Amino acid sequence: MLPHLDSAYNLARWLAGNNQDAEDVAQEACLRALTFFDGFHGEDGRAWLLAIVRHTCYDWLRKNRNLRLLGSGEELDSVVDSAPDPEAEQLRNADQRMVRESLEALPPEYREALVLRELEGMSYKQIAQVTDVPIGTVMSRLARGRKRLLAVLGGTR
Amino acid sequence: MNCREAGELLNASHDRELDLVRSVDLEAHLRECAACSADLRRREALRSVIVKQAPYYDAPLGLRKKLAGSLAPREPWFARWPALAAACLVLALAIWRVAPPPGSGAIAKEVVSAHVRSLLAEHLMDVPSSDRHTVKPWFAGKLDFAPQVEDLSAAGFTLAGGRLDYLDGRTVAALIYRRRQHTVNVFTWPAGRSDEAPRRESVEGFNLVHWVRHGMNWWAVSDLGAEELGQLPGLL
Repeated sequence: MLPHLDSAYNLARWLAGNNQDAEDVAQEACLRALTFFDGFHGEDGRAWLLAIVRHTCYDWLRKNRNLRLLGSGEELDSVVDSAPDPEAEQLRNADQRMVRESLEALPPEYREALVLRELEGMSYKQIAQVTDVPIGTVMSRLARGRKRLLAVLGGTR
Repeated sequence: MNCREAGELLNASHDRELDLVRSVDLEAHLRECAACSADLRRREALRSVIVKQAPYYDAPLGLRKKLAGSLAPREPWFARWPALAAACLVLALAIWRVAPPPGSGAIAKEVVSAHVRSLLAEHLMDVPSSDRHTVKPWFAGKLDFAPQVEDLSAAGFTLAGGRLDYLDGRTVAALIYRRRQHTVNVFTWPAGRSDEAPRRESVEGFNLVHWVRHGMNWWAVSDLGAEELGQLPGLL
């Protein structure tokens, strides 16, 4: 379990939004994983652990924050219109704060898909396993998440 | 392939999840379509900026330590505090050395009572025989174990016979030996614990020697001198 602790914490941090909550969530998830370890028969320990992290995180957020999970959408859509029309060059100039904030502003189901894909380098199949949705849903979430990021970070359309 | 179809495949291609046949088709389209090529370049730019600029949050050291602690709860306490475990062991050994094991004193008294009773009630022997090949088979069927019966005449202990007795809450074998005018009762029954070296005791003027060997309890009791009686563990 500890070999995947960084992945667990990273996902928890991106979903929970701050260090303290991420630490609590990652810890609880690892303890849960330990409890349910007998139920693990697969070969992908990281995907299995991250699925537990994700569950734990959503449970936790639901309990502690009245599910302030969805709902950054409108804000983003308004950005789409006001976005300028530069090329990929401008995208590459986005700084750390912009990238982080635009990812954090995404709805969590887009955010988690992108974090798992781009930061964890997971395949569609693995992401589907972690997020418990069909691969087609993973694909469309990635596509929509990217579209929004492109818009916010200075893409076109 | 038109742009709408290409658009659907761009993500999968970008994520290297597109099969070979459709990859070839898509590449053919991209060579002809500037808009879709630009789209792909923007996705690549997005990826590189995410990978480069989005923080990857490594687990804090404190969390790692906390979990390492709680993930190993099955480690027994004595592995974590070897010094304390050693101290407990030393203390236990000291207590065991200083005080006889609990229950031993009570059994010693029982052994002496059984010895006295056997002499007073003239019920010394159920099977009077100096032949171990008579005594040993006599026990068979009366006990749930086979006592070791030896004739020790050569060493000055003459086998006189055998008897059933009751000690420590169970039926035991009693072997009677004579040495000069002294009677020696030797009791034996399964011990269910590891070997113990012979230990001499004296209760109410009688000498006793007790040992455990090969899983069998042995108690010898007599008015014989402690030194002489103390030879028995070496003979049996």
